Amino acid sequence: MDLKDKLLSSHLVFEDRSDMGSYVNNLRNDAIKVFQEKGFPSKKDEAWKYTSLNKVLSEDYCVFPKQETALEYNDVKKYFIHDIDTYKIVFIDGKYSSHLSQTTHEGIDVCLMSSALCKPKYRLVIENYFNKAAESDSLSALNTAFSSEGAYIHIPKNKLVEKPIQIIHFSTGNEAAIMLQPRNLIVVDENSHVQIIERHQSLTNNPVLTNSVTEIFAAKRAIVDYYKIQNDNANASLIDNTFIKQKQSSLASVHTFSFGGKLTRNNLNFYQNGERIDSTLKGVTIIGNKQHVDHNTLVHHIEPNCESHQDYKGIFDENSTGVFNGKVVVEKEAQKTNAFQANNNILVSDKATINTKPQLEIFADDVKCSHGCTIGQLDESAMFYMQSRGIPKKEAKALLMFAFSNDVLSSVKIPELKQRITKIIANKLGVSLGFDL
Amino acid sequence: MSKYTEDDLREELKTKEYEYGFYTDIESETFPVGLNEDIVRAISKKKEEPEWMTEWRLEAFRVWQNMEEPEWANVNYEKPDFQAISYYSAPNSKPKYDSLDEVDPELLATFEKLGISLDEQKKLAGVAMDVVVDSVSVATTFKKTLGEKGIIFMSISEAIKEHPELVKKYIGTVVPQKDNFYAALNSAVFSDGSFCYIPKGVKCPMELSTYFRINQAGTGQFERTLVIADEGSYVSYLEGCTAPSRDENQLHAAVVELIALDDAEIKYSTVQNWFPGNAEGKGGVFNFVTKRGLCEKNAKISWTQVETGSAVTWKYPSCVLKGDNSVGEFYSIAVTNNYQQADTGTKMIHLGKNTKSTIISKGISAGKSQNSYRGLVQVNSRAENARNFSQCDSLLMGNECGAHTFPYIEAKNKTAKIEHEATTSKIGEDQIFYCNQRGIDTEKAIALIVNGFSKEVLNKLPMEFAVEAQKLLEISLEGSVG
Repeated sequence: MDLKDKLLSSHLVFEDRSDMGSYVNNLRNDAIKVFQEKGFPSKKDEAWKYTSLNKVLSEDYCVFPKQETALEYNDVKKYFIHDIDTYKIVFIDGKYSSHLSQTTHEGIDVCLMSSALCKPKYRLVIENYFNKAAESDSLSALNTAFSSEGAYIHIPKNKLVEKPIQIIHFSTGNEAAIMLQPRNLIVVDENSHVQIIERHQSLTNNPVLTNSVTEIFAAKRAIVDYYKIQNDNANASLIDNTFIKQKQSSLASVHTFSFGGKLTRNNLNFYQNGERIDSTLKGVTIIGNKQHVDHNTLVHHIEPNCESHQDYKGIFDENSTGVFNGKVVVEKEAQKTNAFQANNNILVSDKATINTKPQLEIFADDVKCSHGCTIGQLDESAMFYMQSRGIPKKEAKALLMFAFSNDVLSSVKIPELKQRITKIIANKLGVSLGFDL
Repeated sequence: MSKYTEDDLREELKTKEYEYGFYTDIESETFPVGLNEDIVRAISKKKEEPEWMTEWRLEAFRVWQNMEEPEWANVNYEKPDFQAISYYSAPNSKPKYDSLDEVDPELLATFEKLGISLDEQKKLAGVAMDVVVDSVSVATTFKKTLGEKGIIFMSISEAIKEHPELVKKYIGTVVPQKDNFYAALNSAVFSDGSFCYIPKGVKCPMELSTYFRINQAGTGQFERTLVIADEGSYVSYLEGCTAPSRDENQLHAAVVELIALDDAEIKYSTVQNWFPGNAEGKGGVFNFVTKRGLCEKNAKISWTQVETGSAVTWKYPSCVLKGDNSVGEFYSIAVTNNYQQADTGTKMIHLGKNTKSTIISKGISAGKSQNSYRGLVQVNSRAENARNFSQCDSLLMGNECGAHTFPYIEAKNKTAKIEHEATTSKIGEDQIFYCNQRGIDTEKAIALIVNGFSKEVLNKLPMEFAVEAQKLLEISLEGSVG
């Protein structure tokens, strides 16, 4: 039985135990039909031309996680940004871990999707926002069909959330390979500001496949900073679908740091429904050893006077493959749009591959749109300069690569997070530099 | 076939929408509509082709039957019914002529309207013209001059008879029969086209040029062009197109194959001005072309194109940089107005070491047109030190048109250096104001700015073409001031 059939049959079981007839349940039933019809995307789909899911899908995944596994905080402390106070929403194998989490209902709601789905006081928010941004592509539909758990964050008007929120998904997968489908909903009302850090972490050598959907709504003048840390172990694959709907004068930024995992696919979609919106999409990818990272972005400019900034840097070693497919659509009404896109790559090994496709679709005439894309090597004269001053080759190389990715790092607004990422990069490049020169 | 009367013609010329919109009534021999193996055989027989050629066509036809029409291009159109097209039509007045006096006077009049009267052409600029009217080559000039240098320049059907060894060796090597839907169709039914062979070490003394025209109601034109530049040779080849106005959509599916052997250089320039349909988007030519060149060691292929016509264009002149140190270039201007749709670009496949490619693409969209650049730069794992520079600029006029870019970049070698840049902008009001202020009216000002925008590409065209192309740009954008 292949994974699709397995998912379809387990959906029947899933249906039995979930609340019949509710708003979300109807969505789930519609979604499973969409998935049944479309199936998993294949290389024949233009959006999946360079990324094949076949290998990942061939594993025998357990679709419903078993009982909750307890984790000791000290064992997993290193995966948290632990040197600052944060709200935490932690899941172990898809189940909420109250013991590791720190949620709140004081003024803001930082809690669980499962409780938001069943408690009547959240009903209005759920009905207004749930599944309102997500596209009905097959993977998002699959997630919707099985959506039951994830983070639920609702920031009401005029709130500045003082501490960042961490969302961490651990998979212990002690028994077998598992498939997780977390569903996050983040609603930020007018004038509010929130910072969120998301991380998926596998603690097992068994294969893990995560198909995550995150919907973010930024109301007027809201500010949302979202950071994704992808540094999973070599058997974990992640398909991340993020949909962001912005209203006028809001600022949203998503930084994606992809350092680990077997296969990572980021579907990042921004929809600008209002004027004077600013969207930022940035990413650093440093991978090697048969890893595959695919960034598939979309910025949809619908109304006038908006901006978008995209900057993706990639360093590819060994047998790794990097894919970038950035699409910018400027509608007819979206005059005075400023859309900027850059994708710079360094190939370190002859076995590494880069496929990039920056794509512009423009229907308005009074716009400034540009994209740039480069593939190149480290500057040999810079290397020579450093070596001639006694910096060993390895460190010189690491310094240059760090400088290369610094454009993206410099816009990270949480200093502790920046430090942490710097460390991961140093680690990845095999040097013990702090880079705080 | 409905007949055009003098009045119709006069009326059409008066409207001046499409300058070359006229129709010559020559008694043509036209095949019944539809396509099957018998038709393919009949075409081949008609052209007195040897057995291997017939088989080659049939092979292509069988492959084609199992292929589906591609849909990935960013264009919308009503698909042609391939069973409703006549696949062969030839001017009836055979055999060929030695002097112009023998040529059907109506044909000569056609040329005159086009401004390419043969005598004049002979004297002017030393351009040898292989004029294709309705798929069959009617007159070839300057053959003798070329013959002295050992250059073979003739229609491909003649070449199949006279130089079968060359044709057999090279045809289908760059664009195989099963390459794509339209290439397969072309391989099965191609009616005529040009063949050119430049021997070792010869620099072709003149620009070779062919004017392709579609001239028979309901016939598609399927030319096949094969240019072979032997070691160390050089040739510059020009291709220009005009077509009469016609209400139904016409299909044009050509295949062009270029082969540049070691140290050879081919420069291939195109000015394409097929009937784009009227201002309501009715009619116009479908242009689905496969063009590809193969570069051996130190060879160079340069594509230059000015695309102003056709209702739908689907065209990607490509270079396969097989030999070490080979160079591929692509310079393009694509102008779309009214309801035109263009999806055009290039493919640069780097296989050899130290290969270089340059892509300069300028897209201008006006009216309600859609203009897309679609390109591929591929660096294979053995292509050490490959270098590519691409630049795609789009100019938008009015807010009802669209400009799109789909550049694919695939690199598998760490020494590859690839740069890609794209920008989209409009003509600045301040620029127009500046011109107005100095007494240049808005229409002229736009022509001026567009010319400046596309100068990089225009400069790459041979002299005569550059002038013609500049005029074409102006005509194409007439009335799009907004």
